[in-house]
Amino acid sequence: MLYMTTLKVTRQPSTPVPASLMEAVMALGAEATRAGVLVDTRGLAPVAAGGARISLVGGALSVTDGPFAESKELVSYALYDVRSRDEAVEWTTRFVRLHLEHWEGWEGEADVQPVFEAPPVP
Amino acid sequence: MTAPDPRHAAEVVWRIESANVVAVASRVVGDVGLGEEIAQDAFVVALEKWPVQGVPPNPAGWLVTTARHLAVDLVRRRSTYARKLAEVGRDLSDAPGPDDVSDLDDHIGDDLLRLVFTTCHPVLTTESRVALTLRLLGGLTTAEVARGLLIPEPTAAQRISRAKRTLAERGVPLDLPRPQDMPDRLPSVLEVVYLVFNEGYSATSGDDWTRPELCHEALRLARLLVSLLPDEPEVLALDALLELQASRLAARVDSSGTPIGLLDQDRTRWDHLLVRRGTAALGSAVALGGPAGPGPYALQAGIAACHAMAPTAGETDWAQIVHLYAALAGVSPSPVVELNRALAVGMAGDPAAGIAILDDLRDSPGLRGYAQLPAARGHLLERLGRADEARAEFRSAAGLTRNAGERAMFERRAAALR
Repeated sequence: MLYMTTLKVTRQPSTPVPASLMEAVMALGAEATRAGVLVDTRGLAPVAAGGARISLVGGALSVTDGPFAESKELVSYALYDVRSRDEAVEWTTRFVRLHLEHWEGWEGEADVQPVFEAPPVP
Repeated sequence: MTAPDPRHAAEVVWRIESANVVAVASRVVGDVGLGEEIAQDAFVVALEKWPVQGVPPNPAGWLVTTARHLAVDLVRRRSTYARKLAEVGRDLSDAPGPDDVSDLDDHIGDDLLRLVFTTCHPVLTTESRVALTLRLLGGLTTAEVARGLLIPEPTAAQRISRAKRTLAERGVPLDLPRPQDMPDRLPSVLEVVYLVFNEGYSATSGDDWTRPELCHEALRLARLLVSLLPDEPEVLALDALLELQASRLAARVDSSGTPIGLLDQDRTRWDHLLVRRGTAALGSAVALGGPAGPGPYALQAGIAACHAMAPTAGETDWAQIVHLYAALAGVSPSPVVELNRALAVGMAGDPAAGIAILDDLRDSPGLRGYAQLPAARGHLLERLGRADEARAEFRSAAGLTRNAGERAMFERRAAALR
């Protein structure tokens, strides 16, 4: 079963990303890769670094350059190939816990969502 | 907001970590049967303690550490016992020596590698290796092993316990093979993972043509091997092959359970993430190379990649596939490889030459009763417009297969030839 997890930051400390967090993230990634469950992951640059938003509201398309006013920003995504939802939740919990251990004041959330399985061939 | 239920948390962490826990405990005590028991003891301790003390901040590390302590305690008790026996004058020189207790550094990767080479040890029968590997490295319960392999649970339990007994009786050490022994030991490991995958990919019996969960167990094992042995081209190639084959899982069976041949599949249903992973792994395997040129898994992955990269079946590079099958027949000759080479030759534009290769296989003992042989003849005869003969071959294939979905496919192809 494939699950996508997306990490969002809601409170970004003014301190730079601690090197120890990056190391811990790499180590956890290596562990999940070794377990054969982490099949894809990327970190995302801040919207301020060149993002944009294309929205459709009231029948009108508009393109807005970042940064945006609201407080949640996507930080990274990962795709897990696991046996169960529980396992996807556990790996993601480990990932969020690293922020608790290594980056004082950081707040955020990770969503775990199942990826649609292909429907049977008719 | 809910706090995790500690028992549930322990169960989930156990599912994820059991291979690591078994690997560490087995290395300390020098025996996989005992190692597994100790690992399970550690899990039981978690089930008892976590609801009282709360889930530890690093549950995975907690399980491994607890198992290691239990294992070390056992080794200490054993050596005390051995010393006492020695004091009363008994000869213990033949007894297996305990692992060096002082060497308890955290090398889970090495421990996993020892476990892999032990559960896939050549002293075991192939079916024992498969069952023991799924149990200890895949972390499946005996019931899940039985379900995966479509065997009764007592049979699975028997294969696993016999495998552990054989390893103990033969005194197989939990060693890492020396580099010079790798060429002898590695194929046995790769074969196990390949067999597990294939059992899920085209089930040899039963009603379902595929069991995707089993394919994904094999894929995870292949990825584990890549992490443990990143410099072995054939390990990367096996992973490439399985990623590429698995990319087609959602396309190769219809809703009634009937298989859909590779050339008839809807290629938009192929999983492009897996195709990308497979071609990347194959690229790494080729880049690593090897003195003897591509091995059997690299060649098979190369064939799978030819299919993966063709936008439509009609654009398949059959000439390249013929070339790869010829190379495969050189490094790993088998009647099945010849059969597939014949099909490729036929598809590359010369069905008569393909049929001639199949004619030579007619009396091959390895293909006796093998449904794919008449099916391949049927396929090539159909391309030559020899419909009556092709129909007879598909009927013969339908009579030989033990898989219900495959039988339906052959019957459908026979019926279409009117």
